[in-house]
Order: sequence, then structure tokens, then C-alpha cells
Amino acid sequence: MKKWLQFLVLITSISATSALLASGGFSDNSQQAMPAVANAKWKTECSGCHMLYHPGLLPERSWHKMMAGLDKHFGENASLDDASRDEIARFLALNSADKQDNRRSNRINQSIPAAATPLRISETRYFTSKHDEIAASTFKRKSIGSAANCVACHQAAEKGDFSESQIRIPR
Amino acid sequence: MRNAYLFLALFFSQQAMAESVNTLLKKYELLAKQENAAFVGFAADKGERFFHAERLHSDGKNVSCATCHTADPRKPGKTRANKVIEAMAISVNPQRFSDEAKVEKWFGRNCKDVLERACTAQEKGDFIAYLLSIK
Ligand code: HEC
Ligand code: HEC
Ligand code: HEC
Repeated sequence: MKKWLQFLVLITSISATSALLASGGFSDNSQQAMPAVANAKWKTECSGCHMLYHPGLLPERSWHKMMAGLDKHFGENASLDDASRDEIARFLALNSADKQDNRRSNRINQSIPAAATPLRISETRYFTSKHDEIAASTFKRKSIGSAANCVACHQAAEKGDFSESQIRIPR
Repeated sequence: MRNAYLFLALFFSQQAMAESVNTLLKKYELLAKQENAAFVGFAADKGERFFHAERLHSDGKNVSCATCHTADPRKPGKTRANKVIEAMAISVNPQRFSDEAKVEKWFGRNCKDVLERACTAQEKGDFIAYLLSIK
């Protein structure tokens, strides 16, 4: 019995790993999707309180401003030691919307006036134009919380994939 | 035979976890003695009260540690951004309090968010004692 259980766990983890590997790149329309990016510090430090936001969702100046004010981050204290903060800030800048060449990042970037430095993706014109048919009450559902919780509706949001085949609005 | 190894590995990793919680408590004990010469020890019941104590934040909202970590530390909690927080009770989640840098980082943030000041070593030790005591 126990042996069976171990076997099952092994098989499940092997198949989960291969599924992950298979989906490791990005989906079909590659110049539209954001590229896969990775930084271990960013992944642990920026996913404790919410989903991981792809750096290609905001321009460099936005990330720069956000990383300079982590002690007052949307009403919470998200401060880091200096070394971690600088490493993450560099990573975000390097992969930001104005340093990327994919259609999504370009569109987000173009929707932000040159004089503006938004800290929220959910307040950019690109975002509001894509979600104008969704009622405010939908975003407030218990299963969602707010517009900032992209991953509640976009299953592959953390990979920067917002394609329509990956959308499901929870009740 | 394999099962025996598996069991041993599991056993030692849990021992190692328990070890690191105790090392951490020892550190807080030393600090608590520096803060207060009359320090007598950590108490789970004080930690329990601390965990649940609601405080009026200057932003006008009532907050406590239980706001995000839920009133029952054996259950998963939720952040303000709606992300699940794994349970805090060590019996349910042995990863808790095993990484000193992580513990200090979150005490640093959450104490300031809830109490608008840093936690004392006494409060940290009581808090951990409470979460260790839950079966
Ligand atoms: C201590 C908790 C905490 C940590 C750690 C944290 N954040 Fe946040 N973050 C929040 C909260 C709370 C919000 C607001 C969520 C909401 O409105 O629902 C937020 C919102 C955001 C938003 C805006 C989302 C939108 O479009 O509305 C971005 C971008 C963001 N965080 C990036 C980061 C990055 C980058 C890091 C790592 C350096 C980070 N966060 C770490 C708590 C945190
Ligand atoms: C309440 C569910 C919900 C949340 C939360 C949500 N979205 Fe969406 N999003 C949708 C739906 C539904 C569509 C499709 C709208 C349409 O096609 O008319 C969409 C469309 C999009 C598109 C355009 C897709 C395309 O190819 O046209 C992007 C990009 C996008 N969302 C990004 C985000 C980001 C970034 C966030 C978080 C900051 C977010 N969304 C949060 C439901 C949501
Ligand atoms: C606004 C939400 C929020 C509040 C309020 C809150 N916490 Fe947390 N806490 C978190 C999050 C998010 C994490 C990290 C998530 C994780 O590790 O799974 C965390 C983790 C921790 C950890 C790290 C434990 C470990 O070893 O993994 C400690 C210690 C902690 N909190 C103490 C407290 C104390 C003490 C209070 C009350 C004074 C408190 N928290 C209130 C959100 C909160």
C-alpha cells in the first residue's frame, strides 16, 4: 500500500515536470507573448503577497519608482535589504515594457503618456481599454478581490501570457 | 529497506526543523534579556493574545496578525491582494520559522504594518511559542 503511494507520487511529479517542461517556452503566437524571464530573488520576494507580475507589464521608470518606495507599497511595507532590492530593480529594468519587443509590452508602453509614471498596470489605458466590459462588481468578487489579481482570470498571467484561450472568470 | 531510508530521511529533516526553531528562540531569548532584565521566558498564552489583539491603525482600520493569518493558525490565510498564505502553525507547516532571515524580514514588515512599530524580542518569542504549541 505505502509502496503504491510512493510510486504514485513519483509518477505524478515526473509527469508534472514534463508538462512544465513542455509548456516551458511560450504559446503559439510568440511575438505577441512576453518572453520567459527568470530571477530567483524576484520570484521569491515579489510573490509573497500577490501573483508575480511580469516585468514587461510596466516601463522602466515605473519599476524604478516602485522599487524606490517599497516601505510604502500600496499601503503595505514590502521593504527589502539593499542588495536584494538593487538586484530585483536591475532585473525589472532590463526586462521592462520599454526594453521588450513584443506586441503586448509595446501596446502597454504606448498607452502611457510620456509624463506619467503609473505604479499600477491595472490603471494604464491599455488595461482599462481591454477590460471595459467587466463590471466593477466582478473584480470585487471574493474569488478575485481586485483588478490587480490578474491570475484569478488569466491562468497563465505569471508567465506573461494573457491570450484569450487562457481566460476564465471565476464565480 | 527503502521505506526505512525514507522514514529516516523524513525523521531527520523534521528533527532539523525543530532544531532551527529552537535556535531561533534561543536568539530571541538572549535579546529579550537585554531588553528587559526581569525577563522570565516566553509564554504561548501571551503569544496567543498578541496574535489576536486588534489594534486601530492610523489609516482607520482595525488590524491584527489574524487579519491575514486567520483566527485559526492551522488554516491558510489570505493577503490583502487575495493570495493564499500557508498556515502558520508549525505542526501543520514545518517550514515555518526554519529560515531566520525570512522570519526577521516578515516580523519587520508585519509588525510595522500592524503595530506601527517594531516587535520586541519578547513579542516575537511569545508569538513563536504560541505557534509551536498548537497541535
Ligand atoms: C508585503 C506584501 C507585498 C510584497 C512583498 C510585494 N507587494 Fe506588490 N502589492 C501589494 C499590495 C497589497 C498591492 C495592491 C493589491 C491590490 O490592489 O489588490 C500590490 C500591488 C502591486 C502592483 C500593482 C498591481 C496592479 O496593476 O494593480 C505591482 C506591479 C506590484 N505590487 C509589484 C510588486 C513587486 C515588483 C514586488 C517585489 C519587489 C512586490 N510587489 C512585493 C503587496 C506586496
Ligand atoms: C475579472 C477577471 C479579470 C482580471 C482580474 C483581469 N483580467 Fe485581463 N481580461 C479579462 C477578460 C475577460 C479579457 C478578455 C476581454 C475581451 O476579449 O473582450 C481580458 C483581456 C486582457 C488582455 C487582452 C488579451 C487580448 O489578447 O486581447 C490583457 C493583456 C489582459 N487582460 C491583462 C490583464 C492584466 C495585466 C491583469 C492584472 C493587472 C488582468 N488582465 C486582470 C479578465 C480579467
Ligand atoms: C497584511 C497581511 C499580514 C498581516 C496583517 C500579518 N502578516 Fe505575517 N505574513 C504575511 C505574509 C504574506 C507572509 C509571507 C507568506 C508566506 O511565507 O507564506 C507572512 C509571514 C509571516 C512570518 C514568517 C513566518 C515564516 O517563518 O515563514 C512571520 C514571523 C509573520 N508573518 C508574523 C506576523 C505577525 C507577528 C503579525 C502581527 C503583528 C503578522 N504577521 C501580520 C502577511 C501578513
